[in-house]
Amino acid sequence: MPAWIGQTFTVAALSVRTIPQRLGSSAVAVVGIAGVVIVFIAVLSIGEGFRAALADAGSPGRAIVMRSGADSEMTSGLGGQEVDVIKQAPGLRRDHNRPTASSELYVLVDVNKRSTATPAMVPLRGVEQTALDVRDEVQIIEGRMLRFGTNEAVVGRSANRQFAGVDVGSTFKSGNLTIEIVGIFESRGSVTETEIWCDGRLIQGVYQRGNSFQSVLASLDSPASFDTFKDWLTSNPQLNVQVRRETDYYAAQSQMMTGLIRGIGYTIAFLMGIGAVFGAILTMYTAVATRTREIATLRALGFNTSSVLISVLTESVVLAALGGAIGGFAAYAAFNGYQTSTMNFQTFSQVAFAFAVTRTLLVQGLTYALVMGLVGGLMPAIRAARLPIASALREL
Amino acid sequence: MRYFPLIWRNLLRRKVRTIFTVGSVFIALVLYSFLMVVQSAFTLGVDLAGVDRLVMMHRISLIQLLPIAYLQQIRATPGVVGAAHNTWFGGTYQDQANQFAIIAVDPGYFPIYPEARIPEDQLKNWMIDRQGAVVGRATADKYGWKIGDKIPIQGTIWTTKQGRTWYFNLDAIYDGDKGFDTTNFFFHYEYLDENRQGAYGMVGWYVVKIDDPVNAAAVASRLDSRFVNSPAETKTSTEKAFLQGFVNQIGNIKAIVIAILVAVLFTLFLLVLANTMAQAVRERTSELAVLKTLGYSNGLVLALVLGESMLLALVGGSLGLAVTWFAVSGGSFNNAFLPVFVMRYRDVVIGLLLCCLLGIVAGALPAAAAMRLRITDALRRT
Repeated sequence: MPAWIGQTFTVAALSVRTIPQRLGSSAVAVVGIAGVVIVFIAVLSIGEGFRAALADAGSPGRAIVMRSGADSEMTSGLGGQEVDVIKQAPGLRRDHNRPTASSELYVLVDVNKRSTATPAMVPLRGVEQTALDVRDEVQIIEGRMLRFGTNEAVVGRSANRQFAGVDVGSTFKSGNLTIEIVGIFESRGSVTETEIWCDGRLIQGVYQRGNSFQSVLASLDSPASFDTFKDWLTSNPQLNVQVRRETDYYAAQSQMMTGLIRGIGYTIAFLMGIGAVFGAILTMYTAVATRTREIATLRALGFNTSSVLISVLTESVVLAALGGAIGGFAAYAAFNGYQTSTMNFQTFSQVAFAFAVTRTLLVQGLTYALVMGLVGGLMPAIRAARLPIASALREL
Repeated sequence: MRYFPLIWRNLLRRKVRTIFTVGSVFIALVLYSFLMVVQSAFTLGVDLAGVDRLVMMHRISLIQLLPIAYLQQIRATPGVVGAAHNTWFGGTYQDQANQFAIIAVDPGYFPIYPEARIPEDQLKNWMIDRQGAVVGRATADKYGWKIGDKIPIQGTIWTTKQGRTWYFNLDAIYDGDKGFDTTNFFFHYEYLDENRQGAYGMVGWYVVKIDDPVNAAAVASRLDSRFVNSPAETKTSTEKAFLQGFVNQIGNIKAIVIAILVAVLFTLFLLVLANTMAQAVRERTSELAVLKTLGYSNGLVLALVLGESMLLALVGGSLGLAVTWFAVSGGSFNNAFLPVFVMRYRDVVIGLLLCCLLGIVAGALPAAAAMRLRITDALRRT
C-alpha cells in the first residue's frame, strides 16, 4: 500500500474521531441535511404513493374499451348494442362459453370525508356479475358481495377508510340514489379500492342512462392477444371505440398529478439542498478553523496536502451520511403508509392512496445527502490544504 | 441607529461566515415564498370569489347535469338579480397535453362576472356569433391566438355528428386584475346543444347573482327548495364555499405547506443563524467585556447582539422575498391546473415578520449570554 493512502486514512480517521468535540456546529450540518432529506423523501413519497395506487389498478391481461376520443371512463359512453358487439371480439377470454368482460358505468357521488366532514367526489361504479371474474385480484374482506337486481353495494377498503357513511350495514342516500352497503372489498391497495360498486342497472335507472354504459373491461386470453382484440374492435364499422391496455390507461391518469408533485418536490429539495450546503460549508469552515493548529502540525510532520484535503472532505461526507440516514429513517417512520386521499385533476374523482417511501427514494435521499456533503466540504477542504504552515502554527 | 456602524462592522469581520449565513436565510425565504405562491395558486380563486354569487349544482355531484329549464325559475326567485348556466366542455387543442377549462355559457354569464374585462365591441361581436368564443389573455397568448382566428378543439365529452372536432371563432379576449384566472375558454351553449349528440337541454351548473350577500343563505335554501323531489335535486352554496369545496377535495394543502415550512425554517434559518451568533459571541468575549468596561450597559450589549442577528435575518430574508417576487411577476407558468401564480403582499409582510421573529429567537441565547457576561471573568479568560 503506498504511503499516501495510509496517511490519508490516518488523518481522515483523526478528523472523524474529533467530531464529538465540535458537536454544536456539526449539528448544523447534520440536522440541515437531515431536514432536506426528510422533506425530499416526504414530498416524493406522495407522488410515488399516488402513482402506485393507479398503476396497481391495471393488469396487462386486461383491456378497457371506451368511446373514441374519451379521455377517461367518465367522459365515455357506449350504447347497449355496442357493448354486445364488443363482447364478441376475438382475443377475449371465455369461461364456459361466456365472455369474461364487464360492461360498466362510472359516475361520481358526493360523500363526506371522514377527516374534514367536507364533501368529496367519490367514484360509484356500476358493474355486472362478471366484474369479479374479470378482476381476479378483488376480494371481499368483510360482509358479502352485492346481490344483483337490488340496490346493494360494496365499498372499497380505502373508500371505507377515508369517507363517512359507507360502512357495512349503512344506507347511503344522495338525491334519488339510495344504496345499502353490504360488504368491503380490497384490491392490492390500488385506486379500485376508492370506488363504491353497485349494480349497473341501478345507475342506469337513477341517472336516466337508458341501456347505455361507459366502458367495457375485458379479460384477455393472454396479454399477447391484446392486438387481435384491439384491431378487431377498432376496424369494426359498427363501433367507434378506442381500446387501451388497462395498465396504460391507469398510468396515463396518474401522469399529470405525479408530474406536478415531482416538479414541486424536486424544486423544494433543490433549493433546500443549496441552503443545507451553505450550512455544511459553515460547519466545515468552523471545523477547519478550530483545528488550524492541529492541521498545521500534521503538515509540519510531513503529511501531504491531499491527505488533509481528503480528511476534511471525509468529515463532511460522514456528517452528511449521518444526516441522510437520520432523515431517511425519520421520513420512513413518519410517512410510509400514511393514508390519505386527493382529487385526481384528470378525472375530478377522489383517489385514496398511501404515502410510499420506497427503497429507490431512500437511496436517492442518501445519495443527495452525500452530494451535499461533498459540495459543502469542498471549499473548506481546499482552504485547509492550503493553510500556510508557519503562520497557522503561530495562531493561538 | 448610532450603533448600526458597529453592528455592520462586526458582520464584515467574518465575511465567509456572514455570506453563508445570509445565503442560508436567503434560501429559506425563497422557499417560504415559493411555497406561499404554490399554496395561493390552489386557494386564490376562493379568496377572489364574489360574495354576491351563488353556485347551484346537482345534489349528487357536480358531474350530474341539470335541466336548462331551471334558469327561468331561478331568475324568478326573490333575491336573485341574475343567473347563467355553465356546462363543462372537456377538450384539448392540437395535443392531448394542451388543456384548459372550456365552458359553454349563456349570454347572461359575463354581466355576472364584471372581473372579466372585455372590450365592448368584441363582446358585441361574440353575442351575435353562434360559433364565437371568448378566451382569457393567458391562454390566447400561450397559443398565439388573435381575434378572428378559427380554433379547432377536440372534444373529449361531446362529439358532433361529424366527429370530435369543434370549430370556434375567437371573437373576444378578456383580461383581469392580477390574480384573476385568464386561462378559460368560453363559448355559446346553444352551439354546443345544437351539435352534440344527446344530453339535449341539460347544463352543468348555474351561477346566480343575488341582491345582497347578507341573504346568501336564505336565497340558497329558497332555490334548493324549489327543486326538491324533482329528478334533479340541487345543492346551492356561495361561490366561495363551492370553490373551497374543490380545494378541500385536493386535501389539506395548508398542513403540508406548514409542515415543509417548519422543516425549512428550522434547519436553514434558525439553526444556522443561532450557530453563527453563538460563535460570534464566543469569539468576541473579551471585546464585549471591554465594551462593558467602557460603560455599555447590559441591555445595550443584549440589543447589539440581537440587532446583529436580526440584521443578518432581514438582509437574507428580504433578498429571498425579492427574488421570488421578481421571478413570479416575470410571467405566469400557465399550468392547466394551477393557472395563476402570484405573490401576495400579505405573504411578503408575514415573511418579513418571520425574519424579525426568527432573528430574535436565534440571537436570544447568545445575546443573553453576552448580557450576563461578567467583565472580570471575561477579561481573565484569554
